[in-house]
Amino acid sequence: MFYREAGDFKTSYVDDSQTFPIRVDRYGYYALLAVAFGVLPFLVNDYWVNAVLLPFLIYAIAAIGLNILVGYCGQVSLGTGGFMAVGAYACYKLMTGFPEINIFFHVILSGGITAAVCVLFGLPSLRIKGFYLAVATLAAQFFLVWLFNRVGWFYNYSASGQINAPERTVFGIAVTGAQNPPWAAYLFCLVFTVGCALIARNLTRGMAGRKWMAIRDMDIAAEIIGVNPLKAKLTAFAVSGFFVGIAGALFFSVYLGAIEVGEAFGINKSFLVLFMVIIGGLGSIFGSFAGAAFLVLLPVFLKNVLVGGLGWPTDLAAHLEFMIVGALILIFLIAEPHGLAQLWRVTKEKLRLWPFPH
Amino acid sequence: MLDASEGHVTADGRKIGGVVMEMRNITLRFGGVVAIKDISFDIREGEIRAIIGPNGAGKSSMLNVISGFYNPQEGEVWYKGQKRPPMKPYQVAQQGIARTFQNIALFEGMSVLDNVMTGRIRQMKTGLLAQALWKGRAEAEEVANRAAVEKIIDFLEIQHIRKTPVSRLPYGLKKRVELARALAAEPSILLLDEPMAGMNVEEKEDMSRFILDVNDEFGTTTVLIEHDMGVVMDLSDRVVVMDYGKKIGDGTPEEVRSNQAVIDAYLGVAHD
Repeated sequence: MFYREAGDFKTSYVDDSQTFPIRVDRYGYYALLAVAFGVLPFLVNDYWVNAVLLPFLIYAIAAIGLNILVGYCGQVSLGTGGFMAVGAYACYKLMTGFPEINIFFHVILSGGITAAVCVLFGLPSLRIKGFYLAVATLAAQFFLVWLFNRVGWFYNYSASGQINAPERTVFGIAVTGAQNPPWAAYLFCLVFTVGCALIARNLTRGMAGRKWMAIRDMDIAAEIIGVNPLKAKLTAFAVSGFFVGIAGALFFSVYLGAIEVGEAFGINKSFLVLFMVIIGGLGSIFGSFAGAAFLVLLPVFLKNVLVGGLGWPTDLAAHLEFMIVGALILIFLIAEPHGLAQLWRVTKEKLRLWPFPH
Repeated sequence: MLDASEGHVTADGRKIGGVVMEMRNITLRFGGVVAIKDISFDIREGEIRAIIGPNGAGKSSMLNVISGFYNPQEGEVWYKGQKRPPMKPYQVAQQGIARTFQNIALFEGMSVLDNVMTGRIRQMKTGLLAQALWKGRAEAEEVANRAAVEKIIDFLEIQHIRKTPVSRLPYGLKKRVELARALAAEPSILLLDEPMAGMNVEEKEDMSRFILDVNDEFGTTTVLIEHDMGVVMDLSDRVVVMDYGKKIGDGTPEEVRSNQAVIDAYLGVAHD
């Protein structure tokens, strides 16, 4: 009724393979982009940017990256935290080593470096599958964190072992450092999030995505019809690493500004991003956003309701928050094991016929 | 037997060309078990070649040798006049040998269209960067190949399910989608492993019609494993009969039907 695809005919294969084939979806997407780029930067304050928007945008990139590996290619990874750390430290070394180059390129290069590291740790996937691969990537997680803690070159031998993002500007406006205006940080991350989502969508709707999904669904059959498993798996690791590295670089340089590797990129981070992917929906770009939104916004929302609304003490609210988030995750997964993306698909199916389902 | 000359025309007017693939003295062992024992036969361009035999005769192993999934311990595979070195299955597929599976091996999480498009892997060569940008080369290639795939979808009459996830389809349609995926590769040899297993009479008739039409329309060389003798005798130009890993007969359906060794293998003989 409200959700119309009737009369929305496709007359060419180009039209049929576009990102949002249904007109209503497409306009909604354009409107969302217009608000995100044109309206929000003028409205947001420091709290909104740092508590909600930045973590959402950055985790969305990481979730897209992990979704390509786990959701599309079927290779389980528990190394996301470690790979984000690679992005962060690559960005730090580039920022301090080549201050004359724009931060924009540093972030992209960090993604490239992470992609290379990710491919290296993806090599075992050619031999081992499933849980065993998860354990192998877990080794990457612990090794990388240990490496960045121990080798002084990575943190420029600073006394604290922390790394701090120096101030860097884009078009004369600071996006990193202590003095960056919130809207600039937000816009900088938004550009990367939109760019990454578009690239991910382009790859997954074309032949690269089909090869990954073929490997995921039935690897032997995929090989017999002509998919080179080595290349397909390693490109998935590379693309995934590229996105995760960008997320790590932004997380460090724009969002936190100063990090200690074990705290910021520990095993918790790997699980957090993996949960985002699972709750959002495996094999769905939209699901990556939904999952990131769910796990970033829900704690903020609960805190505001419990502390701000009901006036509970902060520590009590913090504990309850854990319990409620945990319970909600369980409920969601029992109600819809395929995640929020599937829930959204079902809703759309229902809305096509509503209010006359027969 | 057919004469050795290069090519002839069948009674129903189809052109059969020269030898496109030749198996020379193939022996395949799994440990102590000999699955295929010193088998030689050839496949001619444009013909429908059946491999038959009782259960466990080694038919599927033979198909797996052709598609590169198994490498035989002895013997040579000659393809298009050249000896084929040991290859990975995906390299064999890149050479233009496509197949379907005895137990359907479709990609369950993908739509019918995506499954069939995956079959075009040989024709789609755009690099990862161009695909990331989409506009330009990747899109042009996608559209061109989509057009080719749509022809096959049309041909096999599965237009109405093109956007349906494969996991929702009934068995008979899945078999047809699998054929479509193999055909999408525009193979020079099409291997069909029991395309009619578990089908009812109507579905078998449909599938037989498709196999004949494909051969007729595209001139696709087809190698077929099938248990339904009626189907095999009707469809195929030449038949290889296997039993316990050995070749016991080779020739036209009429020749095979009157071959005493074949009759013995199927009906059994008294061992004393």
